[in-house]
Amino acid sequence: MARIDLEGLAHSYGNGSDVESYALKPVTMTWRQGGAYALLGPSGCGKTTLLNLISGILTPSHGKILFDGVDITQRSTRERNIAQVFQFPVIYDTMTVGENLAFPLKNRGVPKAEIDKRVAEIARLLDLTPDLNRKATRLTADAKQKISLGRGLVRSDVAAVLFDEPLTVIDPELKWQLRSKLKALHRELDLTMIYVTHDQTEALTFADTVVVMHDGRVVQSGTPAELFDKPAHTFVGYFIGSPGMNILSADVKGREARIAGHTLALSRSYDALPAGAKIEIGVRPEFVDVAQPGPGLLDANIERVDDLGRIRFARVRVGDAKFAARLPAGFSPSGSAIGLKFNPAYVHVYADSRLVEGA
Amino acid sequence: MDKTINNKAWFLVLPVFLLVAFSAILPLMTVVNYSMQDTFGNNQFFWNGVGWFKELLDPSTDLGGRFLASLGRNLIFSLAILAIEVPLGIVVALSMPRAGWTVAFCLVVLALPLLIPWNVVGTIWQIFGRADIGLFGYTLNAIGLDYNYVSNEADAWFTVIVMDVWHWTSLVALLCYAGLKSIPDAYYQAAQIDGASRWAVFTAIQLPKMHRVLLIAVLLRFMDSFMIYTEPFVVTGGGPGNSTTFISIELVKIALGQFDLGKAAALSLVYNLIILIVCWVFYTIMTNAGAERRPVEGGA
Repeated sequence: MARIDLEGLAHSYGNGSDVESYALKPVTMTWRQGGAYALLGPSGCGKTTLLNLISGILTPSHGKILFDGVDITQRSTRERNIAQVFQFPVIYDTMTVGENLAFPLKNRGVPKAEIDKRVAEIARLLDLTPDLNRKATRLTADAKQKISLGRGLVRSDVAAVLFDEPLTVIDPELKWQLRSKLKALHRELDLTMIYVTHDQTEALTFADTVVVMHDGRVVQSGTPAELFDKPAHTFVGYFIGSPGMNILSADVKGREARIAGHTLALSRSYDALPAGAKIEIGVRPEFVDVAQPGPGLLDANIERVDDLGRIRFARVRVGDAKFAARLPAGFSPSGSAIGLKFNPAYVHVYADSRLVEGA
Repeated sequence: MDKTINNKAWFLVLPVFLLVAFSAILPLMTVVNYSMQDTFGNNQFFWNGVGWFKELLDPSTDLGGRFLASLGRNLIFSLAILAIEVPLGIVVALSMPRAGWTVAFCLVVLALPLLIPWNVVGTIWQIFGRADIGLFGYTLNAIGLDYNYVSNEADAWFTVIVMDVWHWTSLVALLCYAGLKSIPDAYYQAAQIDGASRWAVFTAIQLPKMHRVLLIAVLLRFMDSFMIYTEPFVVTGGGPGNSTTFISIELVKIALGQFDLGKAAALSLVYNLIILIVCWVFYTIMTNAGAERRPVEGGA
């Protein structure tokens, strides 16, 4: 168990010197002992690279990794005391389920009595007890992945357990069960867990801190609520939430934003915007209501309505830009022309895709 | 399943049947025919029933003694080359690079012995091993070893086995290499995470994953070495004495040397039968091993 610090950690698979070409751009951050983290981002954004750097499968080309203040950057995976579960099940064919679970402990010379105790406990937590004496090859993919998870969790002294999209091969129904199980295991075993996924639901339900990555960069790290209410980057805005945040180019001056000839009031004042930057406003569909067109409202044309059961979203067009907004309960638009009513407290301003804090 | 009865379909099978008849069944029946008869030349044949087969299995007769002795040599030879080539092939495969231009280089070098015709391999070793002009034989004698495969039985065996190892270890190595390449990286990464030693990686991951290609390698090498003829014939001619006379060499001696067609036919039928049985046993083992590895439905 340990606190993990990354200091200017970056990785380039080639030997290019241009930072923009790195698979992982320099990142400095701290993973607290006992935290449940999710690394969220689309495929190819560098999540797995970051994970493999922490576990030592890759050695970083730049920067340092510290476990409890000790620099372990150059240490091998074996010396790091990290557990990792991979996307596809890895099981040792010749062994039984029990031997598979015991393998990481046996390799480290843990006494037999202790091994038996841990294996029995993990098997109980993952419902593998009836299969302990079966050959692991004869099980289904689900069960095999449970064994992989079990091998990751069986060591009680690990600095962290890393999960690399471990539920990809699992049936949707079992996915839910296993995810809540992992969450329960996290509470019970007090382990630091880092969970890589491209599925926002998975990330938001599992983690207390979600780290969003985009194009090799960590763009925001925060609680699910923070990511939702105040995305630090336009990417976080539209990647998290369904539908994602609306992003529109705008002219922002003081407490006003001008979009397509309409003036929108803002709740904060933006006086010191960087010159020459691309200025956009971002607002989640949940905080924009569709209304009958009227003075003071942004004019838009409605294209279709998505009924999600609990809530309805209208897909509309503002000028050339696509936009999503909430349809209040009981409201039905009389034509395609509608007005949009913004909740100013949730309208954010972005300069070159990054959030600008208003005064 | 309902079967459609259509007698015209037999006409479609007929060409294959004719081909097989002329290429396999008729020649084989000629052999069966010979095996029941004796000849003193002049194309005169006399009925002998199962006499030759009885003699074959009776070590006190000349034919039986020669057959059983050469069968013993064949088995020892096959076991010896398997015991060397399989572990050696695995070691070679394990020490090959996994990526980069060196892979292509290693593969080409490994494949070289496999491309050389059998009798050329024999000739190479026949000259290579000579004590007077051969590099190998001369060197051994120069460092004080009394090596002469023409007069010493142990040296002759040593030469024949080394020659086969030189010729065929590549095949085992290439098969094992293919097996190793098919193991996903995640297995090695997981083993690192689990703190497995090099030996544990070998026994827990690499060996089980090579299981099927190894079975194929053993099957191929067994069949091939059990039928070996050309190389020892060229190098030692079956000698010194009869010490490296394998079944195939014995067979040629009887059939073409002594022109004992009946004995030779009986011997070749039994030889064929042995190979068929071994093939069947291997095939059964392999298919069973495959079935055992398939996951059982509802096993979770």
